[in-house]
Amino acid sequence: MLKVANIEKSYRKGGLFSKEKQKILNNITFECYNGECLGIIGESGSGKSTIGRLIAGIEKPDRGTILFEGNNVQDRTVRFGNISAVFQDYTSSINPFFTVEEAIVEPLKARKKDQKETRSRIDRLLYQVGLNPSYRKKHPHELSGGEVQRVCIARALSTEPKCILFDEAISSLDVSVQTQILDLLKELKKKHKMSYVFITHDIQAAAYICDRVIIFRNGEIEETVHLENLKDVQSEYAKKLLKFLITF
Amino acid sequence: MNILEVEHLKLWDANRNKVIIHNSSFHLKQGSCLAIVGESGSGKSVTCRAIMRLNKAWIRQSGDILFKGENLNHLTEKEMRKRRGKNLCLILQNGMRAFDPSCVVGVHLKETLAEHFGWSKSETEQRMKKAMESVMLKDPLEIMNKYPHQLSGGMLQRVMIALAIVLEPDIIIADEPTTALDTISQYEVVEQFTKLRERWGCSMIFISHDLGVVKKVADDVLVMKDGVIVERGNIHAVFSEAKHEYTNYLVSSRLALSSRFKKIMGEEM
Repeated sequence: MLKVANIEKSYRKGGLFSKEKQKILNNITFECYNGECLGIIGESGSGKSTIGRLIAGIEKPDRGTILFEGNNVQDRTVRFGNISAVFQDYTSSINPFFTVEEAIVEPLKARKKDQKETRSRIDRLLYQVGLNPSYRKKHPHELSGGEVQRVCIARALSTEPKCILFDEAISSLDVSVQTQILDLLKELKKKHKMSYVFITHDIQAAAYICDRVIIFRNGEIEETVHLENLKDVQSEYAKKLLKFLITF
Repeated sequence: MNILEVEHLKLWDANRNKVIIHNSSFHLKQGSCLAIVGESGSGKSVTCRAIMRLNKAWIRQSGDILFKGENLNHLTEKEMRKRRGKNLCLILQNGMRAFDPSCVVGVHLKETLAEHFGWSKSETEQRMKKAMESVMLKDPLEIMNKYPHQLSGGMLQRVMIALAIVLEPDIIIADEPTTALDTISQYEVVEQFTKLRERWGCSMIFISHDLGVVKKVADDVLVMKDGVIVERGNIHAVFSEAKHEYTNYLVSSRLALSSRFKKIMGEEM
């Protein structure tokens, strides 16, 4: 469904007028199938967030294409209502002047849907992510981190997308809230048959939800592995990653 | 012997008339590591900032904080400044925000060391270099000439630990030192902490919500919820047979998260 082919991306290194470039992504090719949860694991600076931004269409790749159902994601009409994103920093992902209701309505407004229908929809969305409808009039600063992140998920769900991108969406939450949200995502995936691209550095969280994981290193794919075969990873780096994990 | 005794610590927000910490008392034994666990908003960070007296002006505190028998709460700001760094060293969660972004890391380090020791420039550099090498930072001189944004979170965290090694404080207070790090840097930082204790047996307060890391580092544990200490004791005793239901909840949610991972990895773990 989501096809990433031969992506390359580099950023300018040093000052504004510097010509020197640093390659972030090098020849990345992978595919996310329908109804699959694809995990992308890597250490900080490995370029996993960059690939997330490219999929969300926020930035352009230098080379290569990202196709969603055969169309390039560069075109916003392709992404519109089909790909949503949830980012790590929940404090900055909702306009602080918006109430929860306004935040969720925003993507729906862009579609110019019937007002009455959207109203009942918000209640349903809030209920889906486990929030009380009384939260509608609250502002983001009145909510805890886990609650704001749920609002972000509700907003991502509001357009009924086929694919949701999570960029470290649960990393800064408490473990108990993490499990709640992961359970919620599992349930939603079953109900709506969506695909997830789940970017994280937490292997245990990825193991909890993903069907397949890509291990990223220095802008290249080190290994792609089905979760059942995680035990038998081939590359040295993946082995080291698993060995260094501190489990409870 | 207790190096730090906190008695009836109460913290409240003067602006909103809200009590943050109700009445906490705990002790830190010489050479031991005390972990504080709890969810966000439970008052872990505010407690350790109270020990350093670094809370915002509107957060008032009462009670006794005895460091080697001396009450930190009664010291003047000037005397307190001398204790910070040399006696009590705080390692923060976010390396990016802990360093001054407008100058290279080395300036910050030299400034701190000049405040506490009368070393010459070359001696400071020598000692810093040695400490940075001991935390596996290659090329210390180059790192000291870089700005915080040029270094990764794990590297900055290790620079902070290196600074703590040079200062040789009596107590290290680490506030979520590994939360923002990826698996490999987390492992390395935790290794550094365990080595630090082996090497010169300093006492440590370790704050984290990651129970796996806590179990690896700490001897004793306090479980906090909504500003109240709900359970305390030896780390293995608390985690294996928790008495309070909140501790049970924390442990079980943690186990739930890693359950699938462990199942896939089989008996190896």
